[in-house]
Amino acid sequence: MLRAALSLLALPLAGAAEQPTQKPESLGEPLPGLELFRWQWHEVEAPYLVALWILVASLAKIVFHLSRKVTSLVPESCLLILLGLVLGGIVLAVAKKAEYQLEPGTFFLFLLPPIVLDSGYFMPSRLFFDNLGAILTYAVVGTLWNAFTTGAALWGLQQAGLVAPRVQAGLLDFLLFGSLISAVDPVAVLAVFEEVHVNETLFIIVFGESLLNDAVTVVLYKVCNSFVEMGSANVQATDYLKGVASLFVVSLGGAAVGLVFAFLLALTTRFTKRVRIIEPLLVFLLAYAAYLTAEMASLSAILAVTMCGLGCKKYVEANISHKSRTTVKYTMKTLASCAETVIFMLLGISAVDSSKWAWDSGLVLGTLIFILFFRALGVVLQTWVLNQFRLVPLDKIDQVVMSYGGLRGAVAFALVILLDRTKVPAKDYFVATTIVVVFFTVIVQGLTIKPLVKWLKVKRSEHHKPTLNQELHEHTFDHILAAVEDVVGHHGYHYWRDRWEQFDKKYLSQLLMRRSAYRIRDQIWDVYYRLNIRDAISFVDQGGHVLSSTGLTLPSMPSRNSMAETSVTNLLRESGSGACLDLQVIDTVRSGRDREDAVMHHLLCGGLYKPRRRYKASCSRHFISEDAQERQDKEVFQQNMKRRLESFKSTKHNICFTKSKPRPRKTGRRKKDGVANAEATNGKPRDLGFQDTAAVILTVESEEEEEDSDSSETEKEDDEGIIFVARATSEVLQEGKVSGSLEVCPSPRIIPPSPTCAEKELPWKSGQGDLAVYVSSETTKIVPVDMQTGWNQSMSSLESLASPPCNQAPTLTCLPPHPRGAEEPQAPLYPPSDPHPSFAFPPSLAKAGRSHSESSADLPQQQELQPLMGHKDHTHLSPGTNSHWCIQFNRGSRL
Amino acid sequence: MIAPSSRPPLSPAHLPGPLGRVSGARPAASPPTPFPPAVSQASLVRLHHRFQALDRNKKGYLSRMDLQQIGALAVNPLGDRIIESFFPNGSQRVDFPGFVRVLAHFRPVEDEDTDQDPKKPEPLNSRRNKLHYAFQLYDLDRDGKISRHEMLQVLRLMVGVQVTEEQLENIADRTVQEADEDGDGAVSFLEFTKSLEKMDVEQKMSIRILK
Repeated sequence: MLRAALSLLALPLAGAAEQPTQKPESLGEPLPGLELFRWQWHEVEAPYLVALWILVASLAKIVFHLSRKVTSLVPESCLLILLGLVLGGIVLAVAKKAEYQLEPGTFFLFLLPPIVLDSGYFMPSRLFFDNLGAILTYAVVGTLWNAFTTGAALWGLQQAGLVAPRVQAGLLDFLLFGSLISAVDPVAVLAVFEEVHVNETLFIIVFGESLLNDAVTVVLYKVCNSFVEMGSANVQATDYLKGVASLFVVSLGGAAVGLVFAFLLALTTRFTKRVRIIEPLLVFLLAYAAYLTAEMASLSAILAVTMCGLGCKKYVEANISHKSRTTVKYTMKTLASCAETVIFMLLGISAVDSSKWAWDSGLVLGTLIFILFFRALGVVLQTWVLNQFRLVPLDKIDQVVMSYGGLRGAVAFALVILLDRTKVPAKDYFVATTIVVVFFTVIVQGLTIKPLVKWLKVKRSEHHKPTLNQELHEHTFDHILAAVEDVVGHHGYHYWRDRWEQFDKKYLSQLLMRRSAYRIRDQIWDVYYRLNIRDAISFVDQGGHVLSSTGLTLPSMPSRNSMAETSVTNLLRESGSGACLDLQVIDTVRSGRDREDAVMHHLLCGGLYKPRRRYKASCSRHFISEDAQERQDKEVFQQNMKRRLESFKSTKHNICFTKSKPRPRKTGRRKKDGVANAEATNGKPRDLGFQDTAAVILTVESEEEEEDSDSSETEKEDDEGIIFVARATSEVLQEGKVSGSLEVCPSPRIIPPSPTCAEKELPWKSGQGDLAVYVSSETTKIVPVDMQTGWNQSMSSLESLASPPCNQAPTLTCLPPHPRGAEEPQAPLYPPSDPHPSFAFPPSLAKAGRSHSESSADLPQQQELQPLMGHKDHTHLSPGTNSHWCIQFNRGSRL
Repeated sequence: MIAPSSRPPLSPAHLPGPLGRVSGARPAASPPTPFPPAVSQASLVRLHHRFQALDRNKKGYLSRMDLQQIGALAVNPLGDRIIESFFPNGSQRVDFPGFVRVLAHFRPVEDEDTDQDPKKPEPLNSRRNKLHYAFQLYDLDRDGKISRHEMLQVLRLMVGVQVTEEQLENIADRTVQEADEDGDGAVSFLEFTKSLEKMDVEQKMSIRILK
């Protein structure tokens, strides 16, 4: 390895110098000179082949799914096995020997863990624990039953002379074979049942059984194997006892290892706030560590990983970020699907190797019949017992599906390959039989189970979106049942679940969840949150193409209205003085018209924002829940930046008028005020992007940002940040036609929601005189004359960057930038000098804020745009507001 | 077996419960049940034992205090309401038939229950009655509707302290609006039933040992 790496490095660099001197001496061959091209297949062979096989498997998957008809009829696992057969045949024909087979080591160490982790992590835990009794019964009793009956029956078959005498096996050998062939395989079950969509209970029972029976299989296999190796004569009574004990050790030990690692994992993710990027990695690493640890201690590794996934999920999901969650989900699914594909394909390829197997019809047929028969018998017997205790009995149809769904798969194959030929002389026969059994169950049963389920009319699973009502009432039911159990005095399942939940809430969650996550961790709240996000997304999605109220049919229309209202309500309550609000929406009666207005407004906002979002067009749907927030943040940020830019331009505009006047004060003032953006702009005039500016200004408030809890706080910020006014729509709509004052809005693109309102009342729009006065004082503070050249340059570059080609832009853009504390003293100047015709409020009224909002509701249509908003911006700009803006910028700049 | 208990004819409004809650008349939807024939002998015996164990002073009935002493009920967010549901019409005591009648709601639905004589009154463990039991836990003022306020109260009980009051109000608003179909700002029993259409209520509101 090292040599290879060295030569790889040395050759291109020093090859020209060294090779001529060394090689002639050692080899005496003609000088090869500097090689232009070297073929180093052997150095990359192994990883290359792995990658190639995965690629082939993935391509095969793509091809299969090209035709919907095929995949709806044939399970993918069947197709892959068949493909494997074909590929194996090709390999055999080309290489003259069987290669690329499923190696037990590869299978257990690399291929199996992702599948099991995936299934454990995404196991519906509530359902799993609800049916835990049944699952455990089938997994433990059922597997034992299958192993012993199958083994014994095969032995009987041999005694009866139906198995050829060349199969040299005793009772123990058959029991060993029975133990490995009896276990239902999680990979096969998952592959088939995922496509069948039986109801959840049935699925979780079959699937849970296939996962949990691993412990039993491992124990049985190991015990039998060691008995066989010891020889049946040497087995003592204590060995049987040890065998039984090891069942407990292996299963409980495996589960314990899994839970320990789940705990560690949850605890670790609690502290990843600043290194979000490694969160997904941690999940995979620790889960894999659990698997390897259990394997190392020869405990049940599958059980360990299942428990790890099952145990950690709740806390990990709460701790890690949205993006990490998505990453974990998709990586896990990708890995699992990859592994599954490769397993089935390699199974097919392995079957081609005829050197490994020896055929005996009696054994093969006998095994096939026995495993089917005893599985069915076992299921019926166990179900009968279980139904005595089950609230919802499993009916006959369920039993048929469960018996028929007992698929065997790669685990059995890998185990049979692991047998030692010297100790188990009949290994080759067993291998052949296993291959046939696996193929039969996966292909024949896999193919027929779907029609069977249809024919038997098995209850299918139905997916529906969660509603708040369901979630709430479900909780109520849980509490009611727990209470009734208390009253009845029976400490049953509900009692213990209730206990566990309280314990979890009190101690475990506190310990394992970061505080911000714990605070907002509530299932009902979760559902509410998700619904809101969904609605927000449908808003945004629809915003693009709807401007007529006819198209306003969203999937969750009734709830959406409520969202609009509640979020505005929320906004009002939470943002005492900081945000600009239209109070009308909440204070007036919720008439249909108001709703319509609000909806319309939101749609319009969506419509207006759309064009600017085009560079985000490729955004994935899977990130959308977070993106909805980020997008909002970003837009708010852009709005603000735009406004700042406008103000820059205005100052620049005015510099021309007032250049010479206030030179001496400027520098000092500038330093004192620390108007960071001006500095930044001057510092690097040319290639200054918006983001840069923002970053410079706004890193101030980092502590506060730290405090933010993940979602509730950010949501609040968003609410405040988007200063939509419900009535703004009509204004914007009219804007094209109405002349006069509204003309100053040059194009819809640069109308930020709040300035639209503010503009109407801004004093300097009516006359240039006011403007000059205002601006000159403004300029004095900002740009020193000696920097004017640079300033001008930067302004022109900025202008070309972001402003639309519009002559009137400067006029429009006199809107003072918000985050500048320097402006505050100026603010009270504006209202008195306001001659604007549509500004109907006396300044005092406007200043008085919310309490007067009712009166504004009565005003005629033209005045719908209340001055409240703009006013607040300028007159009530408090330090609190200031810092708030800063937070937003900061968030934005991090995007 | 045991005859239906004769209830003291109390008018709905004037007797507030000791917990300060007005327990009014049951809505008309609740069937005037004869004693449920359904509870099996075994569980009847079991319940009787339990009843006697709860009945501290061997007085032959249970008072609210008797039920409140069950430790686990105290931590149950709905514990008070569930205790209250044992004392309909504001009565102060519940005898054994009354005790069983409430618990009979949670008997699992069996197959033979479904194809019953339609003339017979609906069994207490029917889906509708199970739902109704849950509904009346919400509907404190017994007006047949869950108002926003009532929803908010339940939410306050159920949702952890972590969620702020505003958020709770938002959730309550939305929950009501989600289920509210006629736009009266409250959830009637019909709307309640509809919002749970897809849920397996028979299964989720049953306890096996009451078979």
